[in-house]
Amino acid sequence: MSDGPLQVAGQVLSTKRVGAYHHLTLVAPGIAERTRPGHFVALATGGPDSGLTLRRAFSIYKVDTRGVYGGTVEVVLAVHGAGTAWLAVQHPHTPVDVVGPLGRPFSLPKDTQRGVSATLVGGGYGSAPLFALAEALRSRGCRVDFVLGAASADRLFGVLDAKRMASTVAVTTDDGTAGTRGRVTDVLPEVMAAAHSDVVYACGPMAMLQAVTAVAARRGVVAQCAVEESMACGIGVCMTCVLPVVGDDGQTRMVRSCVDGPVFPGDRVRWDDVGTVPAGTVGAPVAGGH
Amino acid sequence: MSFHVRTVEPPRVEAPHIDLTARLGDVVLPNPVLTASGCAAAGRELAQFFDVADLGAVVTKSIMLAARSGRATPRMAETASGMLNSIGLQGPGIDAFLEHDLPWLHEHGARTVVSIAGGSVEEYAELARRLRGAPGMLALEVNISCPNVENRGLVFACDPDAAAAVVGAVRRHTAPAVPVLAKLSPDVTDIVSIARACVDAGADGLSMINTLLGMALDLDTMRPVLAGVTGGLSGRAIKPVAVRCIWQVHAALPQVPILGMGGVASGRDAVELVLAGASAVSVGTAIFHDPSAPVRVLAELTEVLDARGFTTLADAVGHAHRQ
Repeated sequence: MSDGPLQVAGQVLSTKRVGAYHHLTLVAPGIAERTRPGHFVALATGGPDSGLTLRRAFSIYKVDTRGVYGGTVEVVLAVHGAGTAWLAVQHPHTPVDVVGPLGRPFSLPKDTQRGVSATLVGGGYGSAPLFALAEALRSRGCRVDFVLGAASADRLFGVLDAKRMASTVAVTTDDGTAGTRGRVTDVLPEVMAAAHSDVVYACGPMAMLQAVTAVAARRGVVAQCAVEESMACGIGVCMTCVLPVVGDDGQTRMVRSCVDGPVFPGDRVRWDDVGTVPAGTVGAPVAGGH
Repeated sequence: MSFHVRTVEPPRVEAPHIDLTARLGDVVLPNPVLTASGCAAAGRELAQFFDVADLGAVVTKSIMLAARSGRATPRMAETASGMLNSIGLQGPGIDAFLEHDLPWLHEHGARTVVSIAGGSVEEYAELARRLRGAPGMLALEVNISCPNVENRGLVFACDPDAAAAVVGAVRRHTAPAVPVLAKLSPDVTDIVSIARACVDAGADGLSMINTLLGMALDLDTMRPVLAGVTGGLSGRAIKPVAVRCIWQVHAALPQVPILGMGGVASGRDAVELVLAGASAVSVGTAIFHDPSAPVRVLAELTEVLDARGFTTLADAVGHAHRQ
């Protein structure tokens, strides 16, 4: 139980605009010590009398075990609906109930003798968990290269962080307002070739993760992908955040991205079938549906 | 600026001056707060946040004979003070449940109410047979009211004869000491007639309410939000419906124990259901918002009863009818 998630009555320490996003720092003691790159937190939103029923899940951007006010957790959010809109405008001291760290984090290379080359790919604010990962990789002697992409320059997140940590940083935007005009996968083959990539880590929209998985596979590399599925609880009880994933036994199951993910080996996720229950899935309806 | 932040400790769950003993048929629970089926999986995940043995009982997610994938995603939509879900009874099937889930609950001291669901009377009967004598099972909840089935005609709880057929079959195949609770749907014209049919067929108690059938449209796509099109509405939005159903059934069948659920997120909510006639209360969707909600509700319920001068939970059951 000591390494499981905690439920902490946290408080807002600060909120800050970063381009199109909001960077939220919460005082939430105890969570930082347990957090590894790729973990996420589930936040209650709207305050004590809120009509907002469901938790909002966010990748952990940074943690600090020794903040001035106690351990802190930092997340990056985009305003999509009522819950994120509420979080984005809270003042310091607003109570926010925090559950975390949740999920399975990124796997780090076991081989620390040889300098493993890791390529990290982030789409939009999906890049948030990749910076702590980059630090962990670098402390293991890994080479780190970043590819960051977004629709436009204001939707990139963490380019300066990346430049501080990585051997190279490639930036793409759909509209060409920063870096190369195009998608992350337009530049990824070049980056992987130059870096002699051994492993790819990716976080961002499903379509990007699918494309990154395909590019990595062409070089014989497995991409570890952190998926962004909508969740009601974040702790494994609601069964809403499922997607079709192939297990070690070759069977497809609808697995929970909150407890079995959010990080999956990209070659195990049936990307084309996300949003469906593909035929042959364990327990899939045989005739007439269910 | 200073920040005083605490880890959420599970609240004290027993106030010594109130007898919280709850009775569901022949079964006696140390307190009246349970989880609601489908909101607590099979207990394991919640054990990270509190001791599952502290609850009156854990009610498991409805189990079927075979493993079941459930429906496609999106499976949920948040609505005003509630949510719609369209899970479609995803689960591992009875074999895996008996091998892994029920033993885990038993080992961790949880009293367990096993919820079962089937597509036919025979499937329910077979589930009851398979569960007969299973260690740790305190009672059976017969989910005859899941709205997330392909054919609404299969919702047994919408028809008194179909409901009675299922309940009767389960009762016949269940050990006499194990109470059988029929879980009812509020989506009926006359819930009392369904309740009566279930009791006449041998139900020892009634669980109410299941979710209400609902639907939400996405104004960007102008299509249904849920892949399954319709889903079950739960959360605080439905509490008044739960209170009404419990009130009506308790008025008509005062001797039949009711396990109340529907929008319980606080001790006040729980007490409202108790006053309407519930002998015990399940906490469901509130768990998604607050994983320690069941133990919090229990602590709050104790205070709410105490503040109203009750010394036993039993005195509060149905109290609103006697005022």
